[in-house]
Order: sequence, then structure tokens, then C-alpha cells
Amino acid sequence: MDRVAIVGASMTRFGERDAWIRELLSEAGDDCLREAGVEATKLDHLYVSNMASGEFEGQTGVPNALAHDLGAMPAYTARIDQTSASGGAGIYAAWQSVASGASELTLLVGGEKMTHRSTAEDTDVIASLTHPVEYKHGVTLPSFAGLAARRYLHEYDAPRESLAKVAVKNHRNGVDNPHAQFRKEVDVETVMSSPMVADPLRLYDFCPITDGSAALLFCPESVASEYADEYAVVTGVAGATDTHVVHERADPTVMRGVVESSDRAYAMADRGPADVDVAELHDMFTILEVLQTEDLGFFEKGRGWAAVEDGVTDRDGDLPVNTSGGLKSKGHPLGATGVAQVYELYQQVLGRAGPRQVDAEVGLACNVGGFGNCVTTTLVEAGP
Amino acid sequence: MSLDAHRCPNGHLTYPGHTRCPVCGEPQTGTVDLAGRTGTVVTWTTSTATPPGVRQPNHLAVVSFDVDGETVRALGQLTTGDVAIGDAVRPVYVDELRDPDAGIRERASQAWDGYRFEPV
Repeated sequence: MDRVAIVGASMTRFGERDAWIRELLSEAGDDCLREAGVEATKLDHLYVSNMASGEFEGQTGVPNALAHDLGAMPAYTARIDQTSASGGAGIYAAWQSVASGASELTLLVGGEKMTHRSTAEDTDVIASLTHPVEYKHGVTLPSFAGLAARRYLHEYDAPRESLAKVAVKNHRNGVDNPHAQFRKEVDVETVMSSPMVADPLRLYDFCPITDGSAALLFCPESVASEYADEYAVVTGVAGATDTHVVHERADPTVMRGVVESSDRAYAMADRGPADVDVAELHDMFTILEVLQTEDLGFFEKGRGWAAVEDGVTDRDGDLPVNTSGGLKSKGHPLGATGVAQVYELYQQVLGRAGPRQVDAEVGLACNVGGFGNCVTTTLVEAGP
Repeated sequence: MSLDAHRCPNGHLTYPGHTRCPVCGEPQTGTVDLAGRTGTVVTWTTSTATPPGVRQPNHLAVVSFDVDGETVRALGQLTTGDVAIGDAVRPVYVDELRDPDAGIRERASQAWDGYRFEPV
């Protein structure tokens, strides 16, 4: 079977932006097409990963708007909403469009505009993904993280500081990412003395609220050299769901969607956890990065925290995690995040990551929606 | 008022109910009221960054109930932040858990009353 290649990647600066959703999507989409030297009219499919442009901004129909702004008509368009995992779901949709033969050239643009709203309003829009019996209690995604973190620390006798060290590591990595929202190091003391948000997690355990966009261009590998001298290949991609009601999970420290989606993605790529050289994980909260490193099979359950303590996931460690700075320092514009994860892997496997470069042939991205409610895992490798 | 867990013919329990049992796929046919029972705190948090219409701080817990050897869990507000994992708690009825008009969710789409958990 012809594999699916990535022949272009771009991302905007993440952070507080004056631009609105249409402008953010256009910026990343146009950059991606220009880099690949492709006319927008050549696109067969154009997907937009976005959670809530209607709720945040009152602008719906963004894929059609983007097609018009880029001049991509008559390309088929669709919006992919899988909450915080919209980006990963968009990658899966783009892969399907090319792998099925339905599209010879697919552009995926993920984006979100959030910073014009108050933190309380943004939190409520995101919390609206919860079941009514959760929503009425005022539960938020950060409070799910507090609940899981307390249970994890209790069950595995992990030191609270080990979670803080995830934030310290990702901030350190983000210093070298020109697109990151925060390019500033923090130390353990700063994290541990920051305001409590969802006990035992504090402000610096959480990613910021962010505007931004990212884009990827997909085509069959057989024609990839028409667009780029060097390209990456999606060797594995899969998605899975876990319960909608978070408390119904038998073990609050296991993310079944991560387990299931990565099992399928590894099988498709004929790879396993030991083959992964670099990973971009969904560190919306520090505890989530630790849980993913276990549920992806990198470390045994209950030992992910020790790998952080031992520097295994540092940029110069055996398995660098979030060389981009992760959501923690790069920022988390919901629909853009999964796309930006693979933007980083594309740079890494092609040897273009500059000061963030690590020795990487196989990259893995894990994009998490809700509190693990829906997950996609993508494996990316350099072309031949 | 009641805090109903839903049961399928095979005895599996969930709170809330679903169209079909998530464990075995059978339609759920019965209910068990958890309101008069004592549960155990699985984990808890105090949320200080709360959405519009939600009390601040908001103490929350996941509580596990044992019903004839079958476990069922529920998330709910706590009456206090002074709890620990393993504590026994009981449900206490509250007629409005958050202001139904302040958030993004349509008021008429769901109930807003329910149970907080109080240490026994």
C-alpha cells in the first residue's frame, strides 16, 4: 500500500494573539502551502481541527471560510472536533483521506482563539464536554487532574515534586522554541509555591490559555518527491475512546484511550514503545504526561514519575519527551495542539529542529481529549 | 429525591445510567438508590479556578459505594475540604449545586440539584 507522506508543516507563534480564528488558520495554512510550493487550488481536501470557534468567538463554518481565504475552492472541507484531541483526530482524518485514495493532496489546519475570554469562561467552554452529572457539580478539566494526581501520588508513593519536575523540564525545552508562549525557565520551588488550582496541583502544573494555529500537508508517498526533497511518513495512526463519565473508570490512574490507541498505532507501524526516539505528549497537566508515559508502554505503571526524576525524559535523556516545550510552555490552542505535536516530530525526524534537535528516527505524538475521553496516537518517521 | 445507580440484568451498576450497560451491553432495567448509603473517598480535590456560577473553592470527591459486592462510583461536591482518601462519607441533598444561569450549558437541558458528600 502507498504510505501517507507529510510534505509540509508550519505553525504560527503561540500565545496571546490579536488575530481571530480565521486569520490564525489562514496564517498557518498559507505558510504551509508556500513552504511546499503548492497552489491552494491543487488541494483535494482541506480539514480544520477546532473545538469551539462558535462558542469562543461566534464564528462557525471555519473550514469553508479558510478555503475561501486561501483560494482552495472547490476543495472538499470538513471541521474535525474531538475537543482537545481535535488535532490528532484531524491527522487521522487527513491520513484516511489520502490512504483511501479519496484525496491526492490534503491540507490540515488546526487552530483555536481563546485568550479574549476570561479564564473562567474558557474553563466553562472546555468543561461543557462533561456529562450533566459532572457539569452540575462544577467539575473542570483541571479538577479531574487534581483528582487523578492525588490518587496517583497516594497509590504509587510518588513525591509531589516529581510532577513539578515535568513542568521544569518542559519550560526548559520551550526556551529554544521560537513559537512557544513561554520561553522562560522555572525551578521546582517556583512550581511548588505557585497558587493552588486543583489541590495538589498548582498553577505551574497547568498549561496556559493560548491562541494559535498549525498546519500539515499530506499526499501519497509515491508523489511526495514532487513537493519536497525530504519528507516524513505517518507510519502509524489510531484513535480510541474511554468513558465519557470519568469517575466510572475502575482505575483513575489508567488512561485506556491511550493504551488502546497506541496499541493500534504501534501495530500499524510494526513498532513498539522501545522503538520510539522522541515523544510529544499531551501535558495539559503535569500528571497527564506521567500517566501517558506509562500507558504508552514507555515505563511500567507507577514508575513514570521516577523516569522524570532520573532525567530519562530530558532532552539529553534516553527518551526525550516534549522537546517542543509541550503544552506547558508552548501553549495549548485546543484544535492546534495535536497538529503542532506532529509539526515538532516532522522537524525532529528530518533533522531540522535546531537547538531542540535530538537523535530521532521514530517520533510518537499522543493527543488527549477531555480527561483521556478520546485519544489519538500518531507515529512519524523520516521518508526513505 | 434519590441518587440512582442503574443496574442491568447481569448485576452491573453504573452512575449515571446509560442506554446500555457499558460492561455487557444489556439494557439497564433497574435502579439502586445510593442516597441512604455510606461510601468511601477514592480521591478528592479542592478546585479554586471555578467556572461562572460555581462556588469557590469547590471541594470535589470521587466516592465508591459497595452494593452487594458490586462497586459503583460517583463524583460529587464535598461539604468540606477536610477529608482524606479512605474516609467514609454520606450523600446530603442540595437543591442547587451551581447557578444554572451563569454557565454555557442550557438550563433546561439537565438537572441542577443533587448530592454533596459529608464525612460521617
